[in-house]
Amino acid sequence: MMSTHETILSPATPPVLGKSRRRVGERLIFAVLVFCALASVLTTVGIVAALLQPTIEFFSEVSPLDFFSAEEWAPFFADPSFGVLPIVVGTLSVTFWAVLIALPLGLCAAIFLSEYASPRVRRVVKPVLEVLEGIPTVAYGFFALTFITPLIRDNWPGFLGDPPGIFSAGAAGIVLGIMIIPTVASISEDAMSAVPGSLREGAYALGATRRTVALRVVVPAALSGIVASFVLGVSRAIGETMVVLIAAGNTPNLTFNPVESIQTMTAFIATSATGDIGVGTLQYKTVFAVGALLFVMTLTMNVVSTWLVRRFREVYE
Amino acid sequence: MADPSKQITSAVVSVEPVATTTSAGASVAVDTVLRTNDVHVFYDGVPAIKNVSMDIQRNRITALIGPSGCGKSTLLRTFNRMNDLIPSASMTGEVLYHGQDLYDPSVDPVEVRKRIGMVFQKPNPFPKSIYDNVAFGPRVLCMKVDMDEVVERSLRHAVLWDEVKDRLKGSAVGMSGGQQQRLCIARALATNPDVLLMDEPCSALDPIATGRIEDLMVRLRDEYTIVVVTHNMQQATRVSDRTAFLTVEVDEHDQRTGVVVEYDDTAKIFSQPGDPRTEEYVTGRIG
Repeated sequence: MMSTHETILSPATPPVLGKSRRRVGERLIFAVLVFCALASVLTTVGIVAALLQPTIEFFSEVSPLDFFSAEEWAPFFADPSFGVLPIVVGTLSVTFWAVLIALPLGLCAAIFLSEYASPRVRRVVKPVLEVLEGIPTVAYGFFALTFITPLIRDNWPGFLGDPPGIFSAGAAGIVLGIMIIPTVASISEDAMSAVPGSLREGAYALGATRRTVALRVVVPAALSGIVASFVLGVSRAIGETMVVLIAAGNTPNLTFNPVESIQTMTAFIATSATGDIGVGTLQYKTVFAVGALLFVMTLTMNVVSTWLVRRFREVYE
Repeated sequence: MADPSKQITSAVVSVEPVATTTSAGASVAVDTVLRTNDVHVFYDGVPAIKNVSMDIQRNRITALIGPSGCGKSTLLRTFNRMNDLIPSASMTGEVLYHGQDLYDPSVDPVEVRKRIGMVFQKPNPFPKSIYDNVAFGPRVLCMKVDMDEVVERSLRHAVLWDEVKDRLKGSAVGMSGGQQQRLCIARALATNPDVLLMDEPCSALDPIATGRIEDLMVRLRDEYTIVVVTHNMQQATRVSDRTAFLTVEVDEHDQRTGVVVEYDDTAKIFSQPGDPRTEEYVTGRIG
């Protein structure tokens, strides 16, 4: 029985398996892909390396205690003062107003698009949102200066005290917020749309309404994507330069008051790095020190939010 | 037309024998939980099922069988208004639940789904803890209940309690497919329904898990009315009391529409079917 099987299965002449050969194309593609993957990592390493040396030199001349505790930022004055707090606070203040506007509006827009809008509305609105992301930031800056600021000044309720000036942290923050709404909405919507329809059906079958399905099933399940959109939005707000330069003025000012003019860290770097300061001078190193601090702030925020997402997200298959 | 005491908005389903008269003029006996009168369902105006008139009896397991695309699931989803969620779907005819039209404009679909639970083809636990899955229905319906007690009772009903009682706060997604499906059954039972709709509940499960779900269905029959869609004819013969055979009719315009060919006791459908199409299907010659 066994032998008959064997005779049936083995052909008259055994097939020849080809010799293994080198496939140059495969290796080439592998190398190209590795290079692409490494490019962004190498860039990050490069930036850190570039920031590190001048920053270390800066702190050998200015004490970190002065840097972080002095309340005046005047690095280019004849009698310089290196207290970074005013521009850190300026950055945080503008970012705060931006976040206050962008997170709720962006999240609500995403919930609307993913859970309430008809497919036709979504087909139109989603691409429009993504186009908004592509508008140059300088355009938003002038939008703030020529539209939002006058609008606020003309309608300022007297009981709130003095109206904001031409340049104010609040106006810059509001426009920054409007600017990052599309980022938050678009990425959050992607995350919510990716939540399996079977979960929604399961909830509806238990008597859930659209609101409960959105808030108790879809948003928790999409949380990691939603937080990712927040982080990206906030990173853009912190790192944004043009809008704040145009709309918030450029005066270091240690205040959280949104009606006052301030300077942010990015605005300081942009206005200082115009070629007027000599390489290797203390002023030159100051720019790098501020850049390094900005880098550390954004990195910390990213790490903390990654940890938060791991801690609280709901993992569906 | 319905007795006010039997309004769907009341908290307790009336169980005393009541005979109401439907618009079709027929008398609804006490044992009929769901009755369809000439139901047609359309997707984008194209009929998916037509002329469905059938009674679902209390404390029976009713199986809907038939080839793919014959509208079994569509019919099942008319019983808890899940087709409402599909914008292109529309229907005509009536579905009476204890004599009351489920599609009456005054009826709240949320209340319908509370009374008529559903279990899906693929287990779909929420990515939350086991406890939160079971508690989901009572919570969204704002039911004033002792939640711990509801969770335990529902899990016991679904024969899952002993396996999960020590990890109620653990994630439901880490469970096996069969456990997930029993969790979905427990979740459906937590809102205290009297009807359970099951859409091919075992098609994603292995034979052992399938056997456990089938045992569970038979146990639940004493307290609930079950309608189950199944592709598996052995399953229909093993668990169901009544079987409806649906098939696709192709008309002269090449329009394919699901119809109920025959609806009778399961034993009769499988041993002495009255229609040659049923016989061909249950003997395995088609489908």
